[in-house]
Amino acid sequence: MTTGDVLSAPHRLSYPYRRSVGPVLGRFLTGLREARIEGVRARDGRVLVPPQEHDPATAEALDEWVPVGPGGVVVSWAWIAAPLPGQPLERPFAWALVRLDGADTALLHALDTGDPEQVRTGMRVTVRWRPERTGDIRDIECFVPEQPPVKRIDTPIALDYRYTPGLATSRFLRALAEGRVVGERCPACGKVYVPPRGSCPTDAVPTAEEVQLPDRGVVTTFCVVNVPMSEHAIEMPYVAASILLDGADIAFQHLLRGVPADQVRIGMRVRAEWRPRPEWGPTLESIACFRPEAG
Amino acid sequence: MRDVAVVAFAQAPPVRREERRNEVEMLMPVVREALDACGLRREDVGFFVSGSSDYLTGTPFMFVQALDAIGAWPPVQESHLEMDGAWALYEAWVRLQHGDIDTALVYAFGRSSPGRPRELLALQLDPYLVAPLRPDTISLAALQARMLLDAGLATEADLAAVAARSRGGTADVEALLAEPYLVSPLRRHDCPPITDGAAVAVLAAGERAAALRERPAWIAGIDHRIEPQALGLRALETSPSTALAARHAGAFDAPVDLVELHAPFSHQELILRSALRLDGHVAVNPSGGALVANPLMVAGLARIGEAAARVMSGRARRAVAHATSGPCLQQNLVCVLEAREA
Repeated sequence: MTTGDVLSAPHRLSYPYRRSVGPVLGRFLTGLREARIEGVRARDGRVLVPPQEHDPATAEALDEWVPVGPGGVVVSWAWIAAPLPGQPLERPFAWALVRLDGADTALLHALDTGDPEQVRTGMRVTVRWRPERTGDIRDIECFVPEQPPVKRIDTPIALDYRYTPGLATSRFLRALAEGRVVGERCPACGKVYVPPRGSCPTDAVPTAEEVQLPDRGVVTTFCVVNVPMSEHAIEMPYVAASILLDGADIAFQHLLRGVPADQVRIGMRVRAEWRPRPEWGPTLESIACFRPEAG
Repeated sequence: MRDVAVVAFAQAPPVRREERRNEVEMLMPVVREALDACGLRREDVGFFVSGSSDYLTGTPFMFVQALDAIGAWPPVQESHLEMDGAWALYEAWVRLQHGDIDTALVYAFGRSSPGRPRELLALQLDPYLVAPLRPDTISLAALQARMLLDAGLATEADLAAVAARSRGGTADVEALLAEPYLVSPLRRHDCPPITDGAAVAVLAAGERAAALRERPAWIAGIDHRIEPQALGLRALETSPSTALAARHAGAFDAPVDLVELHAPFSHQELILRSALRLDGHVAVNPSGGALVANPLMVAGLARIGEAAARVMSGRARRAVAHATSGPCLQQNLVCVLEAREA
């Protein structure tokens, strides 16, 4: 190949360097192989990591070892968007000077955060060890952001029962499976309860008379829900309304749809929207929701 | 101490890629120009010393081949440093203190373009715990820049302003800041170009200097210092070794009217200005500095040569020249040059 009037050819220079590491670096590298990091104490009391063979100020030999890390603090960092061959990670990463816990000087290595926005001077990081270690600075695969201290645990519970709603509520639920809403009237005060519990809470007497109710009524109060409360996926925000059916004396709660949350008002007339008939069952969910009455 | 002066300086025009000429072909005309400038014959030079790195082109013993540029027969007194030519000049100054010779020729050459200098310079770092990670020059300089920014000593706009000034004021700071990061917080304009080049300085002692040049650039002081090698051992946003070398070289003893700083990265000029206690009045890098031309192994010697040339031409009376080595200003040399009344 030529470049103008001169010849040109690829050329690679390589040497298979093998280095004696001596007692200080040898101990440090042996520690890395065992997934621990040690620093050496200088004459002024500072703990040097990586260790130095001789004191930087007095040149005395150093041999007092101190365990450090694996957590530490970022002293400086530089984001390299296009890593070069042979660098610790092939994907973009931050070069970082990390002062390990217990050390007074910083170690150069890579920090893997995936994103420069996640890197800050002063952030806490910890070592990610390479699974197969040989006694090499690259036994530290890189640093990663340290997870914050544990402040919370999840302890979910689940208990199993057989639920029976009682006679009156069973009648109510069975009616729902047929596309009807029924309440029950108190023989003493005449109030109509829906859903019925089989008794009048005011008079403490059994309700007896079943009352067929329409599937329409008015909103007596409502709230706008912005926090997911159950695992049912309902799009936020939604409106939970208390609905008093025409002819009933007690309101019950259901989902209100078909109107923006900020346009719901007390007294609004609403009507049930039933699910398709095959989906009816002994449950309030036979009614999908209530919607404002047309007109 | 013997008084020693720079009596000639010449350099090849720095270029992005010198592909036609080899190192010897590049050097020969520069050696000739420097010798002619002071009227010295090649066979009268007492000592030759060079600064270069064989790693730049991957050619072992290139420094020996380069001797062909000065002609080493009959045998000459000669030395070589795997360092910037500024340190070769220091060795020449020391050699002239011996008193048995009166002249020395310092040459430096570097073709960075055949390799990938950003990557190969990682090999000059601690070979046990740092070089195996292959941290490139720009990334390490970026770590230093971040510490300067974090310390509140500069902003990214200050860095861009250095770059704009180095380019002769033709660049707009806002436009530079709109560019993407190369290695954050450094952008391309914060980093030096890859440059090929060569430079030659001739030194002479005492009366010989006065005889060779009407207005020699006398070396009033010269010193070099090095930081602890571990990068994490010091505050990278400062340069104590520069300040120390400057003090020992006498840089603070009298006012100077010119400073040539070897700052390959924009933020390093700010660090060096602080270490050298420069106020806004002194002229810094009228040559453009290493941000516009950074021939490795040459750029430091070129700072001394540029400063000396201005003293010799009468454009400056007392000048400070600085040279550095390492991506985070690890080693620094300061040379004070001055004119003297005849």
